[in-house]
Amino acid sequence: MTIDTARGAVPDATGHFGAFGGRFAPEALMAALDELTREFETAKQDPSFTAELDGLLADYAGRPSLLADAERFSEHAGARVLLKREDLNHTGSHKINNVLGQALLTRRMGKTRVIAETGAGQHGVATATAAALLGLTCTVYMGEVDTERQALNVARMRMLGAEVVPVRTGSRTLKDACNEAFRDWVATVDDTHYCIGSVMGPHPFPMMVRDFQRVIGVEARRQCLELTGALPDAVAACVGGGSNAIGAFHAFVPDESVRLYGFEAGGDGVASGRHAATLVGGSLGVIHGMRTYLLQDGDGQTLETHSISAGLDYPGVGPEHSWLRDSGRAEYREITDAEAMEAFSLLCRSEGIIPAIESAHALAGALKLGPELGRELGRDATIVVCLSGRGDKDMHTAAGFFGLMPEGEGK
Amino acid sequence: MSVQTAYDKARAEGRAALVGYLPAGFPTYEGAVETARTMVDAGCDVIEIGLPYSDPMMDGPTIQDAVHQALVGGIRVADVFRTVEAVAATGVPTLVMTYWNPVDHYGVDAFARDLASAGGAGLITPDLTPEEGGAWLEASDARGLDRVFLVALSSTDERIEKITGVCRGFVYAASLMGVTGARSAVDTGAPRLVERTREIIDKGGTSLPVGLGLGVGNGAQAAEVAGFADGVIVGSAFIRRLLDAPDLASGLAGVRELTAELAEGVRAGR
Repeated sequence: MTIDTARGAVPDATGHFGAFGGRFAPEALMAALDELTREFETAKQDPSFTAELDGLLADYAGRPSLLADAERFSEHAGARVLLKREDLNHTGSHKINNVLGQALLTRRMGKTRVIAETGAGQHGVATATAAALLGLTCTVYMGEVDTERQALNVARMRMLGAEVVPVRTGSRTLKDACNEAFRDWVATVDDTHYCIGSVMGPHPFPMMVRDFQRVIGVEARRQCLELTGALPDAVAACVGGGSNAIGAFHAFVPDESVRLYGFEAGGDGVASGRHAATLVGGSLGVIHGMRTYLLQDGDGQTLETHSISAGLDYPGVGPEHSWLRDSGRAEYREITDAEAMEAFSLLCRSEGIIPAIESAHALAGALKLGPELGRELGRDATIVVCLSGRGDKDMHTAAGFFGLMPEGEGK
Repeated sequence: MSVQTAYDKARAEGRAALVGYLPAGFPTYEGAVETARTMVDAGCDVIEIGLPYSDPMMDGPTIQDAVHQALVGGIRVADVFRTVEAVAATGVPTLVMTYWNPVDHYGVDAFARDLASAGGAGLITPDLTPEEGGAWLEASDARGLDRVFLVALSSTDERIEKITGVCRGFVYAASLMGVTGARSAVDTGAPRLVERTREIIDKGGTSLPVGLGLGVGNGAQAAEVAGFADGVIVGSAFIRRLLDAPDLASGLAGVRELTAELAEGVRAGR
């Protein structure tokens, strides 16, 4: 049941979520994208595939992940905050859910190599992990800026046997790593699968990655009913490409009473121009194979983005989020670097949990939502926050930000 | 003027057409115009002006470098139209090769209108396939512009039929699975792709020319490709001449020399 999509009305057969999505890709990749679509459709109807995936999710990744009260954090939020603990998955984030599915598909297609792009390194680590587990060769593209700020994850990937290629073109961050991975793929597509790490790219990726990630919300919905006897008032998640958010939202989309909030990387504030808040500050365009909201200039050139979080530092966003935004079903807001880091610190000290800086954007969002929803509902709201990953990888950034380095090093 | 006229002329002369690519704004706005004029003067039958884009997903390091330099130099979409106007004034059909987002953002119909009024022949769209190309099919019909889509080694016959069915001017056969950039040898699958494409075009009863690009960089390769394709498309090799030259004058001399070598190649191939 992990990847049941019976309730998903989108995308259509050609990968369109309303006006968004589709397949803006070079002809050379069309055969591979068609093959992948067919293989995924067949696999998800195949009990042996779903059983193997469910088995790996349970016995290797450690699912189901906990949904737990964050009591002391809740006092600060003025709401009952329930944390969906994706940080407790093997490899430390939600990325493993998608990667295990795609790695099994890779093997099913008879391919022997996977490539991936990564920002914070979470998806790269997850891909390197699944490749090691299933005996696949693995190459990970990572912007040079990100290899520096997430050096620990580079070492993890290399320990797992993956080749990590620092990307030195463009802004040297996530979007450039995507470009480089596409360049690799078009030349190696015969034996290589491009394991895209978010709900982005040409069809079928946004749909397929969503289907692999929707386990987050499926579990959270059931767990919330068990724990509180009711559905939550809101679900909150951070949005870069948007895979943990889609995963958390999807099972709740038909529940009209449940509000869905995505929190984007506001950087220094959208007004400053130094941000990565695509749905708050972007316009419609085409990037990396999909039609979606995009940060671009007057000529349609992609703008440089900024976020303290490498994983959210991306100028596009998954097309289903664009669709949820325009349909009004979900609401997207910005969280600045400073707000995210404050929430980061608060969760550390109130709950003994060090979140990924990406996830800290969702926590900061909950701190704002709590009082707002409480006033409206006339009682404390219940908010499920997707804690998409753990923050070990961010210690260098956090130590610099908070001045924790010995001898006055760091910021 | 449709690019097909240039192909027809070459065909009448018993040779393949030589198609040269250069991004607008590289090495500078003026430098690009001058380079394109040199390419025309030395024997290119068709010019493709690249629209520099921040995320050239299907380009190798050489074109990435050139495009980056053009963007850092401040090239704008309006400058691309000015470049087209200057190059088309030589009388050689001039296409724009562009990733889709800049066109989408400009507005497809507005882009078609401004391209037509600059004297451009049409567009080559490496990341747009007919499935997503509805607005462009309409706009190019309305403005009488060529639309060049790509076929690849991995394309099925069904796809080649769909693609060649909507192409106008020529169909761009990508000779290899990979990004742009000169290679030491032409992919062995290329002749078969051209043959398959031509069979499908013949069955459709049109005379759409088949141009082959990606990886071609010298006269011998041009001659080899001219042996089986209607057009030989060269890009990175021109850019390499400019990138490696100490100044524009010697770069232009290198471009002239390469063009002459390629022009000889497309005549030696039959």
